[in-house]
Amino acid sequence: MGDNWLGCGVQQVLITSAKSTKMWVITSGAPQEHLRRPKLAPPKAIPKTIENQRVYDETTVDLNDEEVAFDEATDEFAPYFNRQTVPKILITTSDRPRGRTVRFCEQLSTVIPNSHVYYRRGLALKRIIPQCIARDFTDLIVINEDRKIPNGLVLSHLPDGPTAHFRMSSVRLRKEIKRKGKEPTEHTPEVILNNFTTRLGHPVGRMLACLFPHSPQFIGRQVATFHNQRDYIFFRFHRYIFKSEKKVGIQELGPRFTLKLRSLQKGTFDSKFGEYEWIHKRREMDTSRRKFHL
Amino acid sequence: MHSDDVIWDTLGNRQFCSYKITTKTQNFCRNEYNLTGLCNRSSCPLANSQYATVREEKGRCYLYMKTIERAAFPRRLWERVLLSKNYEKALEEIDENLIYWPRFIRHKCKQRFTKITQYLIRIRKLTLKRQRKLVPLRRKIERREKRREEKALIAAQLDNAIEKELLERLKQDTYGDIYNFPIHAFDKALQQQEAESESESDAEKEEEEDEEDMDKREFVEAEDSDLSDFEDMDKLETSSEEEQEEEEEVEKKASRSKAKGKTPLKGPARRKRPYIEIEYEKETEPATKTKAA
Repeated sequence: MGDNWLGCGVQQVLITSAKSTKMWVITSGAPQEHLRRPKLAPPKAIPKTIENQRVYDETTVDLNDEEVAFDEATDEFAPYFNRQTVPKILITTSDRPRGRTVRFCEQLSTVIPNSHVYYRRGLALKRIIPQCIARDFTDLIVINEDRKIPNGLVLSHLPDGPTAHFRMSSVRLRKEIKRKGKEPTEHTPEVILNNFTTRLGHPVGRMLACLFPHSPQFIGRQVATFHNQRDYIFFRFHRYIFKSEKKVGIQELGPRFTLKLRSLQKGTFDSKFGEYEWIHKRREMDTSRRKFHL
Repeated sequence: MHSDDVIWDTLGNRQFCSYKITTKTQNFCRNEYNLTGLCNRSSCPLANSQYATVREEKGRCYLYMKTIERAAFPRRLWERVLLSKNYEKALEEIDENLIYWPRFIRHKCKQRFTKITQYLIRIRKLTLKRQRKLVPLRRKIERREKRREEKALIAAQLDNAIEKELLERLKQDTYGDIYNFPIHAFDKALQQQEAESESESDAEKEEEEDEEDMDKREFVEAEDSDLSDFEDMDKLETSSEEEQEEEEEVEKKASRSKAKGKTPLKGPARRKRPYIEIEYEKETEPATKTKAA
């Protein structure tokens, strides 16, 4: 094959057809030397992924930042992280929950230790919240239901904490998970929070961590994971076992679901008068495929 | 008055009335001025020239009356009286206006008025309670979100991420003394020594080693299933010849695994993937195998 006879990196390739007439076809591109000399193969390129190409978010939190550390020490979750409060969680639904939602609530309460499920019989949230605070609840979870499946989650940290409204999707109950293990035990699980990097994601991550008691019981070997990928938070609940120091086996128990943050509100749940720290605005925020906020 | 009978005879009984709805058990009248809603001789507003109803508009109740004198003037046919908001007063007003009217119409008017006030009260009570707000879903957006979620799930590689995190925590000694992996401590010490002794000139070698490790790891993960078949094949082939050696190896593996963890293995339910450990051992032991063969 001729080398660069056009002098611009265009290569001629010989094609032989069945009738043995030879055709010359010009292929453009870099001279394909590596076909002849495999030792000079170009280094393997790093494939571009959405995570690689992600638009850099200025609000990415650097963990060593003083300001961030100071914020964390003084925000609403500080009492939890200083181990002053023990989480106590109230799980409830919207009016008239149907079978799937009810079962999901029950399973969620087995996963989260020290949680109680109460059914709402037409009570207003604004009236429930002061009662909860009076009874020392630290968090309130409301699961919204649409056409018999849960589709929304409102998580409110109670003594004046922020309220996060999530859209919930792909809910799988325990019996729908393949190869699942036995029921989750009463031990407190560990918590894994992945990829909560930005200024918005950090408090959301801390809020999710506040649901679980601070010191996990390693005997139980259970782990609850909140993994954030491209603004979707995946929740999984596993039991793990270390087979060697380099291998661990995990077995999924417990329900699984995905959350997508819709809005974050300072203060407890108040749809009319609350001040919103962040709302998902579709027209502004969904313009780029590579821009994520959490 | 006799024309009423004629009207009823034609419309009500025999011919077509556009307000009439027939069902299996009953006939209903759709006329908006009808007092009871049923199609009867006494309830038909067309067939009675002296008639009264109660209707509500925007939360206020009115009494409508029709008399024979105005039968020729359809525009002025129905006379309307606003009833008081007070329930008892309104009943008295009905009685006042319908004095000397047939008992049936008076009674039915009051009944209808009672029903209307009851449902108005209920409306007002319900609007104070929480309303269910229906938010329309947008199909395109739902589809888009769903697809993005699926892709994010694939990109997340949750199992790997969780395992990595757990191993990290094990390395950082968050579990304390629960898991006794003596080899792990030894490896750590080795690594520390290596890191101290080697200088920057060896950085390239380290990179290469890392790359090789990466390549090894890639190799391993991609060809998991092949290797499992491979090892099964190996077992089959060498079973006849090298049974003893295999048994020894298996025993060694078993003993090692027992020594490594105080936590018991939970049998077949635990194994999600074929043992990659065997693959590592083969890399170091093919010499022995070939020697034996």
